[in-house]
Amino acid sequence: MPRVVVHVMPKPEILDPQGKAVAAALPRLGFEGIASVRQGKRFELEVEGEVTDEVLASLREAAETLLSNPVIEDVVSIDVEDA
Amino acid sequence: MRIGVVTFPGTLDDRDALRAVRLAGAEPVALWHGDEGLQDVEAVVLPGGFSYGDYLRAGAISRFAPVMDRVVDAANGGMPVLGICNGFQILCETHLLPGAMIKNAHRSFICRDQPLAVENVETAWTRSYEAGQVIRIPLKNQDGQYVADERTLAQLEDEGRVVFRYAAGATHGPAGFEQNPNGSRHDIAGVTNAAGNVVGLMPHPEHAVETGFGPDEPGAGTRTGTDGLGMFTSVLRSLVA
Repeated sequence: MPRVVVHVMPKPEILDPQGKAVAAALPRLGFEGIASVRQGKRFELEVEGEVTDEVLASLREAAETLLSNPVIEDVVSIDVEDA
Repeated sequence: MRIGVVTFPGTLDDRDALRAVRLAGAEPVALWHGDEGLQDVEAVVLPGGFSYGDYLRAGAISRFAPVMDRVVDAANGGMPVLGICNGFQILCETHLLPGAMIKNAHRSFICRDQPLAVENVETAWTRSYEAGQVIRIPLKNQDGQYVADERTLAQLEDEGRVVFRYAAGATHGPAGFEQNPNGSRHDIAGVTNAAGNVVGLMPHPEHAVETGFGPDEPGAGTRTGTDGLGMFTSVLRSLVA
């Protein structure tokens, strides 16, 4: 079954408190030299049947309306993986 | 006067909101997220909580509940709609109100009695207050940081659509967050739409409606604060006006 992978990230101008928390914890565990961390989301959508252009367009719409909030987030990639 | 309060899976504060409606003198009507109708209510409150566990984003899934189609239509038709905390997040996700809420800048859950300056007393939900009045109501949230792009913020300021702004005088809070509890842009605690019938705010007026159960009122005794009741009496005045 083909899989469509959607990545969503907080917009660059939006403060990312979760990324900042991770960045603050890294040196405490001895991981040095990391300037910053931003945390996003990965969605894996299993698709029934072939991923046509039409299906992809509809998934793009889903990504931009439900999976992300365009006020604070960007859909940075939508990729098809054949399983 | 019938005022509806919507319960979603994971809503916490529906009972307090129904009680606030009753104490203000209206008839509270419990609405369910799966309802296709609004039972002839004249105003709607979306209460606080963690609808759908805040999965995906706070308010993101509630937006697609059947009852929300009716609420959005009614709001666009001028019906007063109030979103409190998670309800405010839902109103932003439906785009009835601009902006969005992200995690508090200090990354902690915060719970305290919060002073707010009432800056717009023309909305359906604030006309019982005086312009510039500072009220004190509870605040409790994890994702309370209001954000919007600069153009939207400028528009809100120019049009007087910042209804509530965080004011000084909270009793405690993380260092750097004594006044603004979460890093919200422009200290914004609540906003309205252009028509003034839809209002959203992060703090909780429904928890400050009855003496003995509200915030401490400085100089007036313990738990005497009822500053939140004005929001519910405001909508009654709006509906009879």
